[in-house]
Amino acid sequence: MTSPARTSPSRTAPPAPGFADPVLDAQRCFRSLLAALAGPMQALSLDACPPSPPEPLGPAAAAVALTLFDADTPVWLDPRADRPEIRDFLLFHCGCPLTPEPGEAAFALLLDPAAAPRLSAFRCGEEEYPDRSATLVLQVDAFDPAGPVFRGPGIETSRRLAPRPLPPGFWDQARANHALYPLGVDVFFVAGAQLAGLPRTTAIEEAV
Amino acid sequence: MYVAVKGGERAIANAHKLLAEERRGDPSVPELSVEQIASQLTIAVHRVMAEGSLYDPELAALAVKQARGDLIEAIFLLRAYRTTLPRLAYSLPLETGRMTVRRRISSTFKDVPGGQILGPTFDYTHRLLDFSLAATNGAAPAAEPGPADPPAAVPGVVDILDRQGLIEASAPADPERPIGDLTREPLNLPAERDLRLQNLARGDEGFLLSLAYSTQRGYGGSHPFVGELRVGEAAVEIEPPELGFPIEIGEITLTECQMVNQFKGSKSEPPQFTRGYGLVFGHCERKAMSMALVDRALRGRELGEEPNAPARDEEFVLMHSDNIQASGFTEHLKLPHHVDFQAELEQIRKMRRRAEEPSE
Amino acid sequence: MTNPAERVTNPAERVTNPGYNYAYLDEQTKRMVRRALLKAVAVPGYQVPFASREMPLPYGWGTGGIQVTASVIGPDDTLKVIDQGADDTTNAVSIRQFFARVAGVRTTERTAEATLIQTRHRVPETPLREGQILVYQVPLPEPLRKLEPRETETRRMHALSEYGLMSVKLYEDVTRHGRIATSYDYPVMVEERYVMAPSPTPKFDNPKMHRSPALQLFGAGREKRIYAVPPYTRVRSLDFDDYPFEVQEFDTPCALCGSSGVYLDEIITDDQGGKMFVCSDTDFCAQRVAAAGDSQGARDPQGAGGLQ
Repeated sequence: MTSPARTSPSRTAPPAPGFADPVLDAQRCFRSLLAALAGPMQALSLDACPPSPPEPLGPAAAAVALTLFDADTPVWLDPRADRPEIRDFLLFHCGCPLTPEPGEAAFALLLDPAAAPRLSAFRCGEEEYPDRSATLVLQVDAFDPAGPVFRGPGIETSRRLAPRPLPPGFWDQARANHALYPLGVDVFFVAGAQLAGLPRTTAIEEAV
Repeated sequence: MYVAVKGGERAIANAHKLLAEERRGDPSVPELSVEQIASQLTIAVHRVMAEGSLYDPELAALAVKQARGDLIEAIFLLRAYRTTLPRLAYSLPLETGRMTVRRRISSTFKDVPGGQILGPTFDYTHRLLDFSLAATNGAAPAAEPGPADPPAAVPGVVDILDRQGLIEASAPADPERPIGDLTREPLNLPAERDLRLQNLARGDEGFLLSLAYSTQRGYGGSHPFVGELRVGEAAVEIEPPELGFPIEIGEITLTECQMVNQFKGSKSEPPQFTRGYGLVFGHCERKAMSMALVDRALRGRELGEEPNAPARDEEFVLMHSDNIQASGFTEHLKLPHHVDFQAELEQIRKMRRRAEEPSE
Repeated sequence: MTNPAERVTNPAERVTNPGYNYAYLDEQTKRMVRRALLKAVAVPGYQVPFASREMPLPYGWGTGGIQVTASVIGPDDTLKVIDQGADDTTNAVSIRQFFARVAGVRTTERTAEATLIQTRHRVPETPLREGQILVYQVPLPEPLRKLEPRETETRRMHALSEYGLMSVKLYEDVTRHGRIATSYDYPVMVEERYVMAPSPTPKFDNPKMHRSPALQLFGAGREKRIYAVPPYTRVRSLDFDDYPFEVQEFDTPCALCGSSGVYLDEIITDDQGGKMFVCSDTDFCAQRVAAAGDSQGARDPQGAGGLQ
């Protein structure tokens, strides 16, 4: 099931600090995550992020990790995230096991969109347990207002948003992921201290 | 003119006060101490620890006191406390073969290596009320001392059958497969034996007793023998990663039962004896035996038996064994349901009107 | 009687129960529940198994709703708790006190003021808005359970969208009673994929779930399931072309506020068959009475304590 951590904390420097208030900051961040998934593809601001997460982990990405990762969630790090400062940060604050297999991860931390594995590389759940699917945290530079048109649960009529940069062919992958419904992965885009959710329920239409 | 279940705050506060009053009882009678309960109502305390899944005699005794002797209520108190406790470490598997045995019997052999040890048991008492206990000054008669140095390890009776190949091999644990914990992961069905045993260990003694009894009366019969029943103290050890060797952190009282069941064989298995296992915190023989019988009854999938009796029906047993779930949901019927009742009332009135229409 | 709407606990004094974490649950449990909630939102109407904990209230008394609320609630929230539509029923009072005590939150009886509403058996009459969260206490989350007692079977049926059994049951009602005889916990289809139990709300409340601007979360503690309906999600009550779904209608308006088109409680007033009908939603009723300038304190049966 879960494989043990690839490395134990090795460096002598203490890991970067976590939430200022671990209990209430996690609560606030969770509410933003819940709002982001229940109201997909709108850029929400997180007001309680850890102050100085290890580069290149952004404040929102770090906040998501501190809120959701723990010993029960195997985490996959992309090569850009897989560095000692970030590993130490996650092991110290979350105690999450790191897995070398994308297909075994409950969460994936993707800091390099250009080199991200395909969405289909991650667990999409089982027919009887569609909840057993991965949640991806994909760090981008910014959210632009244009982009494709999104519809589905959580969206009153339609919505547009363009996280950038994205992995090549991302929207085609996301459409294929949506077509698997009720299976599929769920994605949080993070940029700076902002966040947007893309659950598998969201339909993606061509930009008009 | 209008009385409903309303005005809750004051009513609840007063109900709590009344409850405290009833709990205390007649103030001219000395108050029970937790120590008294822990040392004199041990079987009650043990049951609360077993089904509360928390080994702590003082807290269990406190729960018994707070619950006015209602053991299911006491189990509930202990469970609700336990669930907030952090996991500091996981113990190594208990070595029950090395436990200090205070009682140990086998019904399968007249004598067994290590001997039959009757120990403290109700078994051969005559159930006559002992009016001398109504007086409170009695010191118990001293029992004869046992052998000066009891055997350090008493081998399990079932191992003797095992060595002769007459009982099924106990499948070795798969070190790759984590042991399930239904207090941390929801129970998914079908469940493996580790989760079934955990469920039964926490299960209601009365429910398991009745199920076990039903297997003896032909509802999923298994022709059981008590291979061994032992009560005593076992060491709990943990191995902190920074130390790299095990250390003993304490000792707990346990009751262990190995049932041996006749088995005629199936397409895949030769005729042999099969196992049923029970392990319970504290001195709870009835529970340990019931657990072992039900454990065996639930092994149908593995042994090719039809799920044709209540005790063999995994989902039925596992979903209904927990007395905290059962009592909560049964007793929740005391909560107001007038909104749903109103819906039903209207429904019935409408249907009756419709039924009466054609005749008019 | 104090007005709970004005009762504010200072978040700085939030640790009113030494030995317990903020909002009672430990952080690891909250994370587990939170992860389940996110998956529930991602698959609307699907029941996510979660490792429900023993709570200091009995199973069947709202432990699922309480775990959901405890995992969601924070000092910025204003909490409303209703049971049977009323804020002052004993269990609603007990749960509201619990959170005021362990989470130091502001509580209210006003639907419009609440950010978080925990409910048993009703959806408020006041329309909910975006940003509000409605937490349902669910006793039996499996809509197919009464037709098929086995979890292994019902899970398979959901996986395959095999809902014929449910239609057969509803149609048997029609042939026997000339109508669908289910009056509460009336099954719904969520986003045309999962059949879901709305919890034992009267079917009167089902239409309020359809494309509600609020996020609806469902917690079943004893059965260890969490599910959700995100805002603006399609929720269709199951029915047939020739026997369309219909809600209860009451012949008389509320005896206190005069509202019609709301769900009413039938109050027995004497043992001669006397009765009156009043709003089940006490806050809605009180707001209507206040708006009408009808402040007859002596008549205030919705607010007065009857149980002593």
